[in-house]
Amino acid sequence: MSIQSVAASAASDQGDADLLATYRLMLLMRRFEESLYRKYREGKIGGYLHRYDGQEALVAGVIPQLIKGDYVLCTYRDHAHAIACGTSPRAIMAELMGKATGCAGGKGGSMHLIDPANGFLGGDGIVGGPVPVSVGVGFAIKYRGDKNVCLCYFGDGAMNQGGVHEALNMAGLYGLPIVYILENNGYAMGTSVERSTGQPEMVLKAQAHGIDAETVDGMDILAVRDAAGRAIARAREEVRAQFLEMRTYRFVGHGVADNAQQQRFYRTEDEIAAWKEHDPLIKLRNLLVAHGALTDADDEAMESEIRATIEDAIRFAEESPPPPLESLYEHVYAEG
Amino acid sequence: MPLMRYSEALRLAMTEEMERDPTVFVCGEEVGQYQGTFRVTEGLLSRFGPMRVVDTPISEIAIAGLATGAAMAGLRPIAEFMTWSFALSAMDQLVNHAAKITYMSSGRVTCPAVFRGPAGTGNQLSAQHSQSLESWYAHTPGFKVVLPFTPADAKGLLKTAIRDNSPVIFMEHAGLYAQRGEVPDDPDFTVPFGRAEIRREGTDVTLVAYSLMVGKCLKAAEKLEASGVSCEVVDLRTLVPLDMETIIASVARTHRVVVVQEEWLNVGFAAEVAARLADEAFDELDAPIRRVGGADVPMPYARELEQAAIPGEDAIIAAVRSIVD
Repeated sequence: MSIQSVAASAASDQGDADLLATYRLMLLMRRFEESLYRKYREGKIGGYLHRYDGQEALVAGVIPQLIKGDYVLCTYRDHAHAIACGTSPRAIMAELMGKATGCAGGKGGSMHLIDPANGFLGGDGIVGGPVPVSVGVGFAIKYRGDKNVCLCYFGDGAMNQGGVHEALNMAGLYGLPIVYILENNGYAMGTSVERSTGQPEMVLKAQAHGIDAETVDGMDILAVRDAAGRAIARAREEVRAQFLEMRTYRFVGHGVADNAQQQRFYRTEDEIAAWKEHDPLIKLRNLLVAHGALTDADDEAMESEIRATIEDAIRFAEESPPPPLESLYEHVYAEG
Repeated sequence: MPLMRYSEALRLAMTEEMERDPTVFVCGEEVGQYQGTFRVTEGLLSRFGPMRVVDTPISEIAIAGLATGAAMAGLRPIAEFMTWSFALSAMDQLVNHAAKITYMSSGRVTCPAVFRGPAGTGNQLSAQHSQSLESWYAHTPGFKVVLPFTPADAKGLLKTAIRDNSPVIFMEHAGLYAQRGEVPDDPDFTVPFGRAEIRREGTDVTLVAYSLMVGKCLKAAEKLEASGVSCEVVDLRTLVPLDMETIIASVARTHRVVVVQEEWLNVGFAAEVAARLADEAFDELDAPIRRVGGADVPMPYARELEQAAIPGEDAIIAAVRSIVD
């Protein structure tokens, strides 16, 4: 991402305000994940915890472009997606702490944040799991004749799941209004793309199913935003599936158990450091500053406001009650 | 009441519900242009068009995902598996997605999908096509599990399944598709879940069964009657929810019970019924609870071996005799 491209975009129809909002969203995601890690270490959050640090552009550059009636499905690395969909930090934090006030009533946890009122059909704990589901969501949109889309996120590991190919084939065959976002961070847990597929060119796998596909630099928020805007418009207007492979990197382990010592088995500190040079958050901040759209004082004010938001969410979650024991057998079946 | 085949009763249920509710659609392999592998969906494509009768590739995972996602987004899909043996490919979508989304979201998202198709053994279809797997689904919280025996129940239970807001596993029996029976043509006719039906009254032994095995129990009961043993036959109709009340009431009259299932005996549904009877009706029992089920082997091809593997009238009669003589 060049200074010129940011400046050109900032000066264009999107405007400075839009880019600042994107920056604020990415900063909230990063600080939120950091706070979750602290709460996990304090024992306030259980289960698995998968952070999005480094991948924020894939969500901040895409989900804000959706309209009412659109749907989002994603993986267990789902905190950023919930934030972008508009789920309140309070409801997310409470869910992670297993409280009744959580967005899933305390029955989902980190991997299953969900908020249908905001179009968010949830995080999915199974690699490749949301992709077959997306076919049904996209079908429902087309069935009703709505001008909506389904956004479906999944990782590079999912590209080796059989069900993903069944689903991509169906999405291509039926011409469904789905935008697939492949979050290619190079690793399926500890197994690199090179070690897991004979064909690392992901767009070929999508094109094989008759789906429009392109590769995007996922560390470049402007590139992400532009590509997503085009793909969403095509899915919405032409009612056909789109596939964006976004190349990105996760700065932290797969989950909290995948600590620095564990990560040495599959990647080097030099590699992590090299990718952090492309940190989309820092790059966007530097470039907004260079462009004169953000001052250090603005940035500090934003940090302070986000800190207050997160502290409020933590307080709310900690003070919330757990789900009542009587609710153990509730919602196994739907009412009616 | 019109007389019709079990398969026609299923079709009538789908037709009526598709007429009643525009969110109901059918999808699966060969359900449209081919008119259904077992003709269950015959004529639906020309009546409702390709958006509501969706021919799919042979992709069971995607079929299950299509139904699950569409249900989560507000439609009422009826997904047909060509047989329940083929649904094994789709277990993750069924068990980890369809059955769990309601609970994981505390009811914020629901999955009102029906997964239906033929199940059961027979016809020398051998190991991969001839099996009964209802206990897999009954074991999983979140599914309702339905196995109709009569054509009238096929219609009434399928209509209830389509209207239900939870995912329903609806297992038909290939061996029952051609069976005829009286079926109400009233579009308001439905059969509620969780209510077993007494198919034959008797005083000495209760036979508990479902699906095709109800027929075998009725035939066994006729033969036993001739030799002076009176059997009551209880058709469960739905395994989940399970009508223990009707089972216990019957056992309270007969004090002897044989639970009959087509699926493998080991860890099968009959064991669940037997355990619950032991817990809830121990004092009513005058004899040990007997189970009859399929041989615990992959289904063999050779006719003689196949017949030895599928529970038949003789096995039921032998089980009854072992507790009355």
